[in-house]
Amino acid sequence: MARPTARKELIGQSSDPRVPVSMTVNGERVEREVSPRMLLSDFIRHELRLTGTHVGCEHGVCGCCTVIIDGKAGRSCLAFAVQADGADIRTIESVAAPDGSLHPVQQAFRECHGLQCGYCTPGFVMSIVDYLEDNPDPDLSEDAIREVLSGNLCRCTGYKNIVAAFRRSAELMRGSR
Amino acid sequence: MKPALFAYVAPQSVEEALELLASDEMARPLAGGQSLIPTMNFRIAAPSALVDLRRIGALNGHAVEGDVIRVGAMTRQRDLERDEAVQRANPLIAEVLGNVAHIVIRNRGTVGGSIAHADAAAELPCMLVATGGTVVARRAGGERTIAAEDFFLFHMTTALEAVELLTEVRIPALPPHTGYAFQEVARRHGDYALAGVCALVTLKDGVCSAVRLAACGVASKPTRLAEAEAALLGAPPEGEALARAAEAARDYATAADDRQASTDYRRDLASALVRRTVTKAADRARERA
Repeated sequence: MARPTARKELIGQSSDPRVPVSMTVNGERVEREVSPRMLLSDFIRHELRLTGTHVGCEHGVCGCCTVIIDGKAGRSCLAFAVQADGADIRTIESVAAPDGSLHPVQQAFRECHGLQCGYCTPGFVMSIVDYLEDNPDPDLSEDAIREVLSGNLCRCTGYKNIVAAFRRSAELMRGSR
Repeated sequence: MKPALFAYVAPQSVEEALELLASDEMARPLAGGQSLIPTMNFRIAAPSALVDLRRIGALNGHAVEGDVIRVGAMTRQRDLERDEAVQRANPLIAEVLGNVAHIVIRNRGTVGGSIAHADAAAELPCMLVATGGTVVARRAGGERTIAAEDFFLFHMTTALEAVELLTEVRIPALPPHTGYAFQEVARRHGDYALAGVCALVTLKDGVCSAVRLAACGVASKPTRLAEAEAALLGAPPEGEALARAAEAARDYATAADDRQASTDYRRDLASALVRRTVTKAADRARERA
């Protein structure tokens, strides 16, 4: 059976001009031409092949795709790559030192068993890295920690060990100052 | 879960943005994108073009000027929340912002974007109605200021015309002898409110000399609770008067039953939240005195 031609015509008519973007990702300058509708999360994963940034819900609820954009944690599924033109982006791949030694936040997640399947972990780590860089002496009450973590979902288990990892992260980062 | 095709422009000036928006009625301005992009990912919205406002320096920044806080439309919510001068001028703003989604969303979400998006359950529009704030709308060759109560017309519908751009939000400072409170009930912290109430209570000799109450999540737009305000005016913010105010608030909950809550439940929430926020605002008014 022949495919309907209407659809093909539609695609032929729709214009999807490529827009040049350049940004710094994990300290490296990258340049690409992208469709305006390409999400930053897809740009990071598909164009740059940095697959540590995970994609869960694609509507800003789960927090898996959190990266640091110009010094502030943000959802990469709620930004278009074209919006990041000229930006400085940090992804989970930049967090550990080049020799592989873990960042204090990663170390804390390991020590406290703050993960099971690991799908949500990059998002949690990026949210916490950004928060603790901004707030080196954070309120460590249960409520305050849960407030910070409320933008990231973990579906494996409860949040007990993740809260513990946040506390330990703050300690380790204070120690490394 | 991927947006439909659209054209993209990032102009450098408000004038240029206005020209672009006027040339295509299906084009939409893009601010922080924290509401617009999810609706595009779901294909609930499919604008023909996005006019990204991020390069327009004139839309950035905020300042306390006398008894008004002027907030550029592109000011990030988190920046306003953390600004100490803003906290001093009107601590209600940070209390309200603490209930807007999550820190990571507020890092990118803008004040102007949330106001222009005008979700009936959103906190910032409710705050703007409660404080009696205004928005500035620019069009080619002119601008007008619109009072919050005239600006919000319906869920996601405002008085902005297609050729206008919201450029600034003006929030009054907290008046003297006045306490404030915002509280909401949501299924999860950070969700849109099932119901939320913003209260400003001015006390003179132990009685309410001015009261402003507004609710979100209970009707088709953020709503002044005028009857509840009237019940408190000239009376102490407790006992009989507070009971009458809480009762009056019920009738403002008109949202139809949905998956999250029934109309009856929202009526109860409006009432309970008026009670709690008025009490808290009155306590704070006494502390400030």
